[in-house]
Amino acid sequence: MVEIRWHSRAGQGAVTGAKGLGSVVATTGKQVQAYALYGSAKRGAAMNAYNRIDDNPITNHETKMYPDFVFVIDPALAFTDDITKNDKPETKYIITTHLSKDELIAKIPALQDKVERTFVVDCMQISLDTIGRTMPNTPVLGAFMKVSKLYELDFFLDNMKKVLSKFPQKIIDANMAAITRAYNEVK
Amino acid sequence: MAEKFELNEVEVWDGNYATSQALRQAQVDVVAAYPITPSTPIVENYGSYVANGFVDGEFVMVESEHAAMSGCIGAAAAGGRVATATSSQGFALMVETLYQASGMRLPIVLTVVNRALASPLNVRGDHSDMYLGRDSGWIQLDAFNSQEAYDLPLCAFKIGEDMSVRLPVMVHQDGFTTSHKAQNVYPLDNDVAYNFVGDYVPVDEMLDFTRPVTHGAQTEEDWHYEHKAKQHKALMDSRPVIDRVLAEFKELTGREYKRVETYMMEDAQIALVILGSSVETAILAAKQLREEEGLKVGIIAPRCIRPFPYDLIRDAIDNSSNLKAICCMDKSAPGGAMGMLFNEVSSAAYTTNTRPLISNYIYGLGGRDFAIDEAKRIMKEQKAHADAGHITTNIQQFSGLRGPKLGFYETRRS
Repeated sequence: MVEIRWHSRAGQGAVTGAKGLGSVVATTGKQVQAYALYGSAKRGAAMNAYNRIDDNPITNHETKMYPDFVFVIDPALAFTDDITKNDKPETKYIITTHLSKDELIAKIPALQDKVERTFVVDCMQISLDTIGRTMPNTPVLGAFMKVSKLYELDFFLDNMKKVLSKFPQKIIDANMAAITRAYNEVK
Repeated sequence: MAEKFELNEVEVWDGNYATSQALRQAQVDVVAAYPITPSTPIVENYGSYVANGFVDGEFVMVESEHAAMSGCIGAAAAGGRVATATSSQGFALMVETLYQASGMRLPIVLTVVNRALASPLNVRGDHSDMYLGRDSGWIQLDAFNSQEAYDLPLCAFKIGEDMSVRLPVMVHQDGFTTSHKAQNVYPLDNDVAYNFVGDYVPVDEMLDFTRPVTHGAQTEEDWHYEHKAKQHKALMDSRPVIDRVLAEFKELTGREYKRVETYMMEDAQIALVILGSSVETAILAAKQLREEEGLKVGIIAPRCIRPFPYDLIRDAIDNSSNLKAICCMDKSAPGGAMGMLFNEVSSAAYTTNTRPLISNYIYGLGGRDFAIDEAKRIMKEQKAHADAGHITTNIQQFSGLRGPKLGFYETRRS
């Protein structure tokens, strides 16, 4: 079982990202869950989304998880959310930031014993450059492919195109560029 | 003729989307609906199928849930296949008309995404609305995950429309936990799904002007009692029809459903009776306890809440020769009584040979998380009852509640 917790703001596409990841993974015969914890959340409010991935049907409906991966897709949430909640010794962190990894870790005490497990990528800048607005949900999946080695980049891109097929070609291309850049730039 | 909606062999759908697809495939004639969280996406998606030409039927936007069910009743009496969706306060506002629908024997399908009832206001999932409907004369089925939120509405049309049943059917799913959680769903081909449900056959339809009929007439003391008794008999007698439709669904899809689902009950010493998505979490907890501590835990999950499956609950209890203690888990504020499941299961168990100890937990109100560790703690507590030969705690307790421990009543058996 692979478990992922997203830290996001409502409107940044975490739910769509989590469902997109689930859709790609399901095409490979695996079982998935994608869900979010929000009640009457308004745009901009901090929220969590979650993924579970397994070879067998997933029957756990407990919301709380001990994640294998934590995605922080809003830079400020790295400072204000409890991003290391329910940490395991092998939990990996993929954090959106314009800071270098050293600069970021210096500012966040909870990450200081998790240096090897922390990865940074600037999904905000990447999505601004490629998609034209801050939409960090798809780039973080590129970074995730690099860090997790779950799938080859090309395989993931091909399947993600199918998930996005209802969008205009221009938007699909921009998302592919964002995913590719994040894959290459995550450190 | 409706446009063809392309589906993949495996889709990643949340419960709401899954249910909306089942309604589309059943080729419903009229959906009259008013949106409410968390069931809104069912009718929102359905509205988009109508707007995009994937559905031939009518979508009627109304001013309230009372009007929504009233519209459904009118359309069903006119002679059409009818469905809608609601939750919580909307369900509460529908209650008056729910009794009209069942009394008029109209096989409407109502998909209910379970949510807490105010006050305090809360959009998250518990079973308050589902419990509120249990005397309304409807058949009530319960889906535990997204796949079932797709499968059971298809079965619901076929059950309700059966000529020996002709009763409305609710299909419940848990708000957010099921309705907003995307999981692998294996949909049927459009034609296969429709052929399973079959063409709608109206009875005493008002649009048949050659044969005028009255629906919902006034009866007073001369006939009311006979009508209600007959309606109750139809509900009780729907059990073999439900069994038959579920068996036909298994034949078609390989997916097996029963009016009462049992898991690991053959050798169970203790059992949890539980509903909704929590069933799946409880199964996981039971498996873990069996592995970790050799504790023989089983799960009993009523799939059909009305008509309440006293027959199969008693079978589940008597077929487990080792069964010593049962805990009934109710996800609804009991309002000055024991939980519904405790009451129903106790009354079923009283006339069994096994007659296990039975206790009651209230849990998960307003969407409070149901944790595996807490499920295991409750299971181990039942083991303590079994070992002592009597209930060692209060009979009714509260799980996952902050503040002082709350409990009521002690056993008089020793």
